[in-house]
Parts: sequence; structure tokens; C-alpha cells
Amino acid sequence: MSSWLDYTINGLIIGNIYALVAVGLALIFGVSHLINFAHGSVYAVGAYIGWACFTYLHAPLAVTAPTVMIACAGLGVLIERVGLRPLAGSARIAPLLATIGISLVLDQLLQIIFTPDPRALTSPLPNWRIQIGGGTIGALDLLIAATGIVSAGVLYFFLRFTKLGWAVRATAQDRDAARQMGVDTDRVNMAVFAIASALGGLSGLLVGMYFNHIDPAMSFAATLKGVVAQVVGGMGNVPGAIFGSLLLGLTESYGVAIFGSSYRNLFSFALLLLILVLRPNGLFASARSTPPEPLTGSFVMPSRPVRVPRIAVIAAIAVAAIVPLAGAAPYVLQVLTNAWLFAMLAISLTLVAGTLGQISLGHASLLLIGAYASALLALDLHWPVWASVPAAGLVTALLGTALIAPAFRLRSHYLSIATLGIGEMVGLVILNWESLTRGPMGVTNIPPLQVGGVELDNPRAAYWVTLGVLVLLALLQTRLLRSHLGRTFRAIRDDDVAARAHGISLGRYKAIAFAVGGFSAGISGGIAAHLYSYINNETFTSTVSISALTMVILGGLGNVAGAVFGAVALTALPEMFRGTAEYRMLIYGLALLLLVRFRPQGVFGTT
Amino acid sequence: MSVMLECRSVTRRFGGIVAVRPIDLTLHAGEFLSIIGPNGAGKTTLFNLISGHDAPDAGRITLEGVEIAGHAPETIAARGLARTFQHGRVFANMSVRDNLLVGAHHRLRAVKPRLPGLGAVAELALALLRPPGVRAEEAALNREIEAIAAIFGDRLTPRLDQPAYALSYANRRRVEIARALALRPRVLLLDEPTAGMNESETLEMQHIIGDLKAGGQTILLIEHKLDLVMRLSDRVIAMDDGAKIAEGKPDAVRQDPAVIEAYLGHRAMGEAL
Repeated sequence: MSSWLDYTINGLIIGNIYALVAVGLALIFGVSHLINFAHGSVYAVGAYIGWACFTYLHAPLAVTAPTVMIACAGLGVLIERVGLRPLAGSARIAPLLATIGISLVLDQLLQIIFTPDPRALTSPLPNWRIQIGGGTIGALDLLIAATGIVSAGVLYFFLRFTKLGWAVRATAQDRDAARQMGVDTDRVNMAVFAIASALGGLSGLLVGMYFNHIDPAMSFAATLKGVVAQVVGGMGNVPGAIFGSLLLGLTESYGVAIFGSSYRNLFSFALLLLILVLRPNGLFASARSTPPEPLTGSFVMPSRPVRVPRIAVIAAIAVAAIVPLAGAAPYVLQVLTNAWLFAMLAISLTLVAGTLGQISLGHASLLLIGAYASALLALDLHWPVWASVPAAGLVTALLGTALIAPAFRLRSHYLSIATLGIGEMVGLVILNWESLTRGPMGVTNIPPLQVGGVELDNPRAAYWVTLGVLVLLALLQTRLLRSHLGRTFRAIRDDDVAARAHGISLGRYKAIAFAVGGFSAGISGGIAAHLYSYINNETFTSTVSISALTMVILGGLGNVAGAVFGAVALTALPEMFRGTAEYRMLIYGLALLLLVRFRPQGVFGTT
Repeated sequence: MSVMLECRSVTRRFGGIVAVRPIDLTLHAGEFLSIIGPNGAGKTTLFNLISGHDAPDAGRITLEGVEIAGHAPETIAARGLARTFQHGRVFANMSVRDNLLVGAHHRLRAVKPRLPGLGAVAELALALLRPPGVRAEEAALNREIEAIAAIFGDRLTPRLDQPAYALSYANRRRVEIARALALRPRVLLLDEPTAGMNESETLEMQHIIGDLKAGGQTILLIEHKLDLVMRLSDRVIAMDDGAKIAEGKPDAVRQDPAVIEAYLGHRAMGEAL
């Protein structure tokens, strides 16, 4: 029994930490209907500022904590200014994409300044502990609990009894009406971002102290946990966010107790998906859900797509095909081969996010499924590679569609969050299903590409194979878009209510689109596995998903030629600067931010 | 005359508010029935209940004898019920042609074989392969929607390949009606088709709807412009506060004191009718 008490206490403490992040996210969502994906970055920045204060200034906690809060509040104001305010008139998903861009920029700056290596953040608090049951509670646990309770109290007081707090609540309920009444909503937003970010930074500091460990990757993890807690409690609901955080902490703690620590995150995402499917408006929403929003998840700007003449397409393919013969260095061929693989992922994503209007944030998981499917078919079942790669495409089409199908009825932000959660779950299942996937060791000695006994493991052959497959998939998709399915997908994107009124069953056509997209992505992952010869659960991470989204927006959502262009541009350009991985993601982050702000229709225009 | 659409004691509540009180409605084949009433009377809610965009809390709705209350809108559409939306819901980023073709979606046969279980796979394969049957169907549908566009004179025909977002407001309303017609509806529900149109545009729309009626189309109409209602309707239902307050011939409903009271607030304004 006592161990259960320990797990409960531990779960509540972890939940309390999540609450500090989730409350900030809830406040921001409450007033601006924005899921601030940069919130985790603020939290990581807070941890690093705290580390710098302790290490370089030898400052006591009483000085460090306020410093962190003030600095992070400033950062929050900056995020509001850059990521939200200029996008007031655009699609609801636009600021979300902008904050993803900001988050990439902040995370990469942290990596560049502080290196990706983890650091110790030693708690300066006294080291006494109180015995409770079989476990103990230390000074830091109490400080974290007190911080949670005090900040909830201060927040309550602020929202109930101050003029700015009233303005915040009025803005949350009806921005336009609040503005009519003379509320300066920009100032309200700024205040909310400042408060939320101060809380976020403080929680980064406390969590760093709690685990005596900080690293730049803590940012994304925190955003995910905060978002899960918020979805559980209901978006924008501050008490709900606290409850959701505690429930999440407990779920994880009990899950770890039963199954082991590598399952911790799997439980968060299982909880997320369960809530999204059963009660998409959160546990506290009234039984009857709110009427559907007029906006869908589509981020498609009215634009006249550039019509690429057939002759230009043929010329481009011809030029691409003779590059290896023109004496290009093997290194150049490898970069371009990678670009073709990315282009397959991009045409997959542009179909789902652009044509169908369902912005997926977990698309890289399709690459993982394809890579593992082809590698395991080749290694364990001794399939020839020419058969295992197309089979991987089919497996990914089926599995990917089956995984997302329960989320088909979600819209807009909720669908994006679901794809994010499903994407993370795929990686975790691969990590934990050792009997099939070989777990954390990854899959080694994957055979190279070969057709009929001829090995294609030289750069030229790999280049031509990937280019050929890409051209085939792109032509197939173009043909598909010209059929009745193309207009049916677009109808669902533009107005799913009207689409249903004309006999279009959403589930069927979403499934077809996700299956076609899954096929392309699965093929890409399958080929990649044979080119890399080694894969593990982290070969394709959420970073790849966001890169692909940036490529697709750069090319123009829904535009097949644009997707290929975006993939080549964003794969090849950073290579020209010989940037390291950190600089590459910095470029992607800035590109995403600038595109959303200045050219949402991309280079080739949306279709 | 056979009964096309029938509502029996259909009720819808939102929390404590009763948006539609138990209401009965019968629409016969070829009949033109209008629903009038002040804003907030529950007219559009009733439409949503009939078209499946909302489910009634109680009551029965049948379309040609088949129960449809609470069914999915796509199922009801496939049974031959088409509707337009009060505020207009054209597919903004699609061409007028594609808007109209989507309207005909449920009538696709060659490309949508009825295979239990594998229908979606077959549909995908046929869309990619495009055998002659599928191409012929697509060409026939294109000719058909061109004919439907021609109903609206030269309003839509020259703009068939323009994106809908580039159209004027009135033209978007026309696209919406044309899209509903492309479904070849057994019953057509029109929700304020002339909202936001000027006098001459309203008159033009009145002629078009009149022609549809003359062609035997069964129509249920919500409309505020009483002149149009009086000229076209076989019968009129007046609603107020979620309930039916009058039903009958247009003239009788117009003279009904309860209607005048509800619609205009006081009697003297009745002269305006």
C-alpha cells in the first residue's frame, strides 16, 4: 500500500509541475484561441537563465527566480508581438504555425549557445526530507507545490478583482465586444503572454532543479505535456488545466508503476487521444458540445496557383535525371537523394494538409512506419527489397489511416493535436515493442536497395531510384487531384458542413486521402531505411514533421509541384551554407515564421 | 398527391430554450411550401433538423416514408434532399464548375461502385485508372451542370471556371442554389435564397424559383420577402418562438391576426403586407 501512496504523491508533484505550464497555455488559449507551441521554449529558456544565474552569478534562489520570471515575461511579450498580433486577420491555424516557428528558433538558439548536452541544475535548497509512508518529501517538492498553489491563487485574484483581470476575461469571452467597450485587447494579450511566460519560465527552473538536469529537448516535451493537460481539462479552462495536469501526473505515475518508466509518455498520449475521441471539449465541458466553428483547419489562402506548363515539368525532370551524368559529386547526389525522399513526404503532407485541409503535425511517424515495415519485411521475412518497399507503402497507408481514423471527427487545432499525439505514440510503441522492433537498439544491417540481385548502393543508382519513384508518386497524385476525388477533398477542406449536405461522407474521403498520403510517405520511409542501413525510433522525429510542413507551406498548400520545390529548396539550400543541424532548424523556423506572416500561399500558390 | 416530407411533433431544445416546439409539417410532391416568421422563430433550426445537421430531441421526420430524424446529412442527401444555407456556404477556393460537380456527388455511379467493404478502394482505383465508363459519367455530369448553370442566364455560365471567392455575393447565392439543383433533389430546401439581394436580383431569383416550381420541383422555402412568398407558395406556415402559429393558403396566413402580431408587433403595420 505504501508504495501506492508514494506513486500518488509523486504523481501529484509531477502533475503540479505540469500545471505551471498548462495554466500558462490555458490563459493564452483563453484570450487568444492560440495553442502557444513556443510555451515549452519559454520554459526551457527559463531553466537556462536559472542555470546561468546559479553558475555565473552564484545568485540565491530568491534572486534567480524573479530574474527568470521577468526575463521570460519579456520573452512572452516578444512572442505575442511577433507571433500573434500581426496575424490577427488570418486563419486560426496561422498563429499556431507561427509559434511553432518561434519555438524552433528559440530551441535552436539554446542549442547553439549552450550546446545540446544536458547540464546539471543543482537545487540550492536545504537537503532535508520528511518521511511519508514509504517515501519522502523534500523542500523542493514543497516549494513546487507551494508555487502551484500560490500562482493559482494569485491568478484567481488577478482575474477576479483587478481591472486588467476583468479585461482579460472579457476578451476571452468576446474579443470584438471587449474592443467595442474600450478594452485594449493588444495590451490584454501582452499582459497574458507576460504572466503565462513568467509562470512557464519559473516552472522550467523548478523542474530543472527537481531532476537536476536541463537540456534543450525539455522544451518540446513540456509543450506536449502542457497541451495534453489542457485538452484533458478543456482548452482555455484554467482550473481545468490544473486538474488535467494532476490527472496526467497521476496517470503517468501509476503507468510507470505498472509497466516501467519507458511507458511514461505513452500514457500521456493515450490519455490525450482518449479524451480527444470521447470528450473533445475536455472533461468539464457540458454534455452537449458547442456548435461547430465556422472555420475548419484549413490554412488555404485564396490564390491563383502558378500553372506549371507540362513542358517545364518534363524539362525539370530531364534536368534532374541527367545531374548524375553531369559529373556531380557523390555528396551533391546524396543531398539531392535526400531531397527526393523529403519530397515524397511533402507531397503526402500537401495532400492531407493542403488539399484535404487537415494539418498534420505528426507526419514523420508515417516515415517511421514505412521504414520499419520495409526493414523488418526484408530482414525477418527475407522479402526482396523491390517487394518490401511497396509493401511498406501499403502497410503505412493502412496503419496510418487506422491510427488517425478515430480522430476524423475532430477539427482544426484538435485534429492537429491528435496527429501530434499519434505521431509521438508511434515512436514510443516502436521503442517499447522490443519483440517486433528490437526496441532502443534499432534495426541494423538493413540490406541496400536492390532489384533482381543487382545492388543499387552507389550514390548514382540511389539517386535515380528515388527520383524515379518520386516522379511516379507525384504524377499519380496529380492524376488523383484531377479526378472527382480532388474536388471532393477540397470541398471537405473548404466547408465540411456543406460537403456533407451534398452526400459526401467525411470519414470515407478522409480515409482515402490519408491512405494515399500514407502510401507516399511509407515508400519514402522504406527507401530511406535501405539507404541508411540503420534505423531506430528516433530516425524521424517531430522535427521532421515540422520541416515537412514548412516545405509544404513554402511550395503552396495542396500544390504537388510546390511540395517538390519546397523539399528541394529547404533540403539543398542549408547545405549550400554547410550549416550544422542546429543552423538548419533555425533556418526552417525562420522560414516558417516569415511564410506564415508574409506569404501564406507559398511560392506556387495553394490549389 | 403523395407525401414527400413529413414532420410529426418535431422538437429541439438548447439547454432551457425550446428552439422548436412540437411542430407538424407535411410537404406533398410538387408542392411549394414556405415558412415565414420573425428572426429567431426557429425556421433555420427546423431546416437543420430536417437536413440532418442537427438531431431533434423528440418527434419523427420522414422523407418519402423513410424515417430520417437524426440521420447523417450525407445519408439524407443521398435520399434526395438538398438544401442551401442561410449565410451561404460555397466552396470558396473551388471553381464554380467544381462547386456544382460536388453538388452531384451522390449521383456518381460508375466511379463509386457499391461494393460492401471495398467501396473506397475501388473508388480510388477507378479515379486513378479512369476507364471509359468513368470518363463518360464525368463528361455527362459536366454537360448537366452546364445546363443547370444556364438556368441562371449569363450569371454563372461565363464564370464556370472562376474560383467562387471571386464571385459577387449574389452570384455566390446562385452557385449555392445551382449546387443544390445538381443533386437532382426530390425535395429542395431553400433557406433565404434572396437574402442580401437587391430588388431586381430578387425578382430574377423569383422567376427562377417559379420556373423550378413549374417544372414540378418540390420546394420548402424560408423567406423574409413576403412578396415572393405570396406569389410562389401553395401553402404557408408561420412560425414564432419555435411554434407554428398559422398554416394555410398564402392569403389566409397573411390575414391571420396572430401572424401580423408576431411578424410586425402591431396591427397597423399589417397594411404593409
